[in-house]
Order: sequence, then structure tokens, then C-alpha cells
Amino acid sequence: MQQFFTVATLLGILHSTVRLAMPYLYAAIGETFAQRSGVMNLGVDGVMLMGAYSAFYVTFTTGSPWAGVAAALIVGALLGLLMALVSVTFRADQGISGIGLYLLGLGLSSLMFKTTLGTVQSVSGFAEVRLPLLGAIPYIGPVLFTHSLLVYGAFLLVPIGAWVLNRTTWGLNIRAVGDNPQAADSLGVSVVAIRYATVTFGAMLAALGGASLSISALNIFQENLTNGIGFIAVALVYFGGWRPLGVLLGVLLFSLVNSLQLWLQVTGVGIPSDLAVMLPYLLTIVVLALSTRRAAEPGALTKPFTRGSS
Amino acid sequence: MRRINQNVLVVIFALLLVSCGGTTAPSAPTAGAAPTTAAATAGAAPTTAAATAEAAPTTAAATAEATAAAAPSGEAFKVAIVMPSTITDLAWSQAMYDALVRVQKQMGGEAALKISYSENMFNVTDAAAALRDYASQGNNLVIAHGTQYGTSLFDIAPDFPEVAFAWGTATDTGAAKGLKNVFAYNAKAEEGGFINGVIAAVLSKSGKVGVIGPVEAGDAKAYIDGFGNGVLSVNPKATVSKIYTGSFGDTAKAAEAANTQISAGADVLTGSAQQVVGAIGVAKERSIPWLGTQSDQSSLAPNLVVASQVYDWVGTLNDMIAKIKSGTVGGTAYDLTLANGGLKIVFNPQYKLPPEVQTAVDAALKGIKDGSVKVLP
Repeated sequence: MQQFFTVATLLGILHSTVRLAMPYLYAAIGETFAQRSGVMNLGVDGVMLMGAYSAFYVTFTTGSPWAGVAAALIVGALLGLLMALVSVTFRADQGISGIGLYLLGLGLSSLMFKTTLGTVQSVSGFAEVRLPLLGAIPYIGPVLFTHSLLVYGAFLLVPIGAWVLNRTTWGLNIRAVGDNPQAADSLGVSVVAIRYATVTFGAMLAALGGASLSISALNIFQENLTNGIGFIAVALVYFGGWRPLGVLLGVLLFSLVNSLQLWLQVTGVGIPSDLAVMLPYLLTIVVLALSTRRAAEPGALTKPFTRGSS
Repeated sequence: MRRINQNVLVVIFALLLVSCGGTTAPSAPTAGAAPTTAAATAGAAPTTAAATAEAAPTTAAATAEATAAAAPSGEAFKVAIVMPSTITDLAWSQAMYDALVRVQKQMGGEAALKISYSENMFNVTDAAAALRDYASQGNNLVIAHGTQYGTSLFDIAPDFPEVAFAWGTATDTGAAKGLKNVFAYNAKAEEGGFINGVIAAVLSKSGKVGVIGPVEAGDAKAYIDGFGNGVLSVNPKATVSKIYTGSFGDTAKAAEAANTQISAGADVLTGSAQQVVGAIGVAKERSIPWLGTQSDQSSLAPNLVVASQVYDWVGTLNDMIAKIKSGTVGGTAYDLTLANGGLKIVFNPQYKLPPEVQTAVDAALKGIKDGSVKVLP
């Protein structure tokens, strides 16, 4: 028990937290953009899997992780366009079409993995990079500033995303389309174009999140690698009140508790392993239930847009 | 109910199902897992999934299988297997599937033995449907390769008294319930765990070894308990640090668990279930030796996997097939042990093994086989 309250352990927990947060952050920030414009994409996990597979396969065959990143972004864009087509143009029920996208991503990535690779293998993906000045700060340096490039990318998305949503015209249009598409439409903002853009962008980020698992954190691909991370990311968007900063806090909290349950077990603290495993999900549900910020929800979320109807 | 609340509930529901499942193919609210079945009979797909991927069958037997439904196929012995994970998992399911393929080769190819399989059947309801389908399609032997399938199997078996069923890991053949057509098979994973523990203790310089486990149950628990005892038998002061991730398929968490173990001082690692590939990746990155189980995992980290406990089901399968051909369709409980050759410790030829390890292993092996060493006291 004494082992637990040492500096080394606490730093270890924080380091794990930052690393675990990466895929959730990519997926959740991407989903925030989509949901802010009124489209709920439940297929994030499937897109993550396809992104993970594409990045892995391209890195495996070409040896370049950046080529893998490019492949993931392209695949994500294609799947995002598909989701946008189904939800925006065909006006299908977004929950159902999202699940369909998830199953497509899961099945297709597994099929392609079996056909092209067959067994689990490893690649050399993005290695940990210590930032020059910041990495030398004692204590904080190793924890916050010694990570792979994709980790830094994920965290940079938060301020960039917040700035775009709150301080640019695009962001204003996105928010308008999500809250009141009829009003936005009457003012000349193209609801369809904005929603296509946000859903595609969100899917590209989700694919990048999947790639961050297969060519950065784990350096392998396996069937169903994400194991539900995408669904958690969607929940964390609600959790974070549809704001990038809120999403960051939610992701960090979830990852912290996840990391905590690993360290609790390693330092011999006598919590039953089953309870430790439950903690992150329990916490998310409790906070979600107690959250009273319903007002932040985009008014037109999940409602397909038809010009002229109310 | 307001539309928005409905969607929040959908998301929370999905979250709950995913977290409670810890599956290799999580159950989405509206559909089940996406199976890959090599049995090409129309309508046999036992799930409601809308977008399933039908993988190209890995044995040519599948095409012959389709025509077999129309015309009797003659002498070929037909085996079907339902598995909770994939045949590429480098662990539980792959061990049995590879054994089936080896038996097929021994018997003379697809003309002698036809294999049908369904993967990713972690969801018991889907698996039960698959088992029932396979039994009604004229398979001679239907294998339920997962402890969780037991209750469903005992419901299905009485309906097909001429079909032989096999269930593992398990020791109960249902004889108490009057069932005569169920074989049970079990792997005494604790034995290999003990040997791996001995190896780990000899190799470890820090006296701390790490375990990354899935769920504290089944052959995973047996393996891990045996491992702990093996470590302590060589070095009573060693620390065996165990992390259970709570899932069989959470590769990311297994990788992070490995990182945590190494950061906390472990210099030899082991673990169980298909998620360990994540942990092996981390071990490779941080140059930590790895001890494997269920299947030979040395391909993943050729210089760092020291040895693996391999489950060799070939002997068990051959015995079952022989019994079925001679008219007995169940009633035997099989054990894989080091003594009967069902469990093998396969050393990685690319890992330079210090000679004291081999000495310790030989002594422990002898002790287990002659009973002087108690693996699980």
C-alpha cells in the first residue's frame, strides 16, 4: 500500500493517463464537430478500426508511419462521406445508420486483415519523442513531454478545435446549423455542405485515432483492436457538454481512472480487480446522470434537415 | 419520451454493453457479432447482423460442404467448431483450430475431414444458435470451444443424441444429467504456468515479475496461479505482480498494463488471452523477456519470447474421432497435461537461454511428472 503513494507511482499514473487518452481524444474531438452541426455518428468505432487497419497495413508495406497516417485520413474521409450521404442526403435515422457504419468498419477491417496479413505482426510506428526544452523539466518533463508525435497532435486538437468552433466564421456556421438549421438556411448558410464537412472531418479524426493505436501506442493490428473505444468517445462528447475543453476534461478523467485501476493492481492495493475494472465506466455514468447541462446540447442533434419544414 | 433522451440512452446502453462485454466483438444494441463461417450452406448464418463479412473459407472443404448438403459426401468425417475469438488470435482459439488442421492433414486432407468454423462467438446466444445449426447440418462432432457455452450446450445436446459434442475448458460431461454425447476437455494450464514461473524467477534480476491477466477465471486463473507458485518455488522472496484488465480483448489496456508493470520494476512478463499481443508489443519495445501460453507466441517478438506453453489438442481430437467412429459419442473427460504431452513447453530457438534455466526447468518438469511438486497446493 505504501508503494502506491510514491512520487514514482503518481508520475507513472499521469504518464499512462496521457498515453491512454490519445485515441479517445481524436475520436471525441472529431465527434464534437459532427454533433455540433447536428449529426450523431455512432459509427466512430468502425471508422477507427478501418483507420487503424489502413495505417497499419500501409506502414507495414512501405515502412513509413507518415504514409500510414495519410492512408488513415483518406479512409476516414471516405467513410465520413458515406455517413454524411446516408444521414444528410438520405435523411436516415442517425442512430441506426451509425451502428451500420460500425458493423461495416468492424467486418471490413477484420476481413481485410485476414486476407492481407493473416496473423498478428508488428511494425515500427511512431516512437516516443522527448521535446527539447520542455522535456527537460524535472518530473513534468517525462510525464507530459515525452510522448509520440500523435499524442501531441491529439492534445493540440483541443485548443485548435475550441478556437475554430468559437472564434471563426466556420465555427459560427457549424453551431448555427446544429442549433437552428432553418434559421441558418434562411440566412444563406448551406446546412448540407456544413454537415458533410463536419461529419467527414470527424471521421478523418476518428480514423487518425484508430491509427494512433495501431502505429503509435500498440504497433500491431488485431481484429477489433479498439474494443469499443469509439462508443466511449461518443459518450464523452455528451459528457464534455459538446465543448472541446469539456471533452478534454472528460477524456482525461476517464483515462485517469483507467490508469488508476492498473496501478492499484500493480502496487498491491487490496481492491478486487473486478471493482477496479468497473470504475471508469461507473464514474462516466454517474457524472453523465448528474450533469445538468442539457442546455448545451445542439438543438437539432439527430434531426435530419429538410428545407422548409420545422 | 423526448427524442434526445432516447439517443442519450442508446449511447449509454452501447457504453454499458461494450464495457460489460469485454468481448472481441462487442454486442451493439441492434445486432450481434459478425461471424466468419466456412460452412457455406445458405441461411446458416446464425446472427441478425446486417453487415457481416463472409471471409473466404480457409479450407476448400467449404465448397465441397455446400454440395454435401445436396448429395451424401461418403466417408468424410465432419467437424464443426464454435469459438469465442478469432483463429488468428495467437492464443485460445488458434490453438484448437491449428490442431484441427493438423489432424486433417494427418487423416489425408479435406476428403477425410471437413472443418466448419464460426469465430467471434463471444456472445453465448449467438454461439448457441450456431451450435444448434451445426448439429442439425449433419456434423459428426460439434465443438463448443469456450467455458461459457456449457449451459447452452447441455440444453442442445439432448436434442441431437447421435451427434457428438465436445466442450472445453470443462471437466463435466453432463453424465449427472443423463447426457451421453458430450466430451469434455481441459488444459491443466497451471502446470505450464508453473514451469514458466520457474523460468521467470531464474531470469529475473530484480526479483519482480509481472502478469497481465484477462479475467480472474478459467484457464487464465489456473495458469496465473501456477505461474505465481512456480516463481515462488525458485525465489520465495520474489514479487509476482498481477494486473487483470477485465476483458479478453482489450489490447490497448493490456499494453498499458505491461507498461505499468515495467515502470513498477518488473523485468520478466507473462500473460494470457488474445489481448496479450498488445503486451508483447510493449515488451518488445522495452526489451523485456516474455513467457507465453496457449500457443507459440515467439513470432511476435523473436528475440524476447523465451518460451511458450503450447496447447496441443491433436491427441485429444484423434481420440475423440476414433471413439466416435467406433460408436461412442461422448462421456470422456480429457486433460491436457505435461505428462501426457498435451501441454508442451516450446522454447524459442532464437532466445539465448542461460544453462541454469534449463536445469531448473528439467528439475521442475521431473517433479511435476512424478508428482513430487505440487503446482496448486
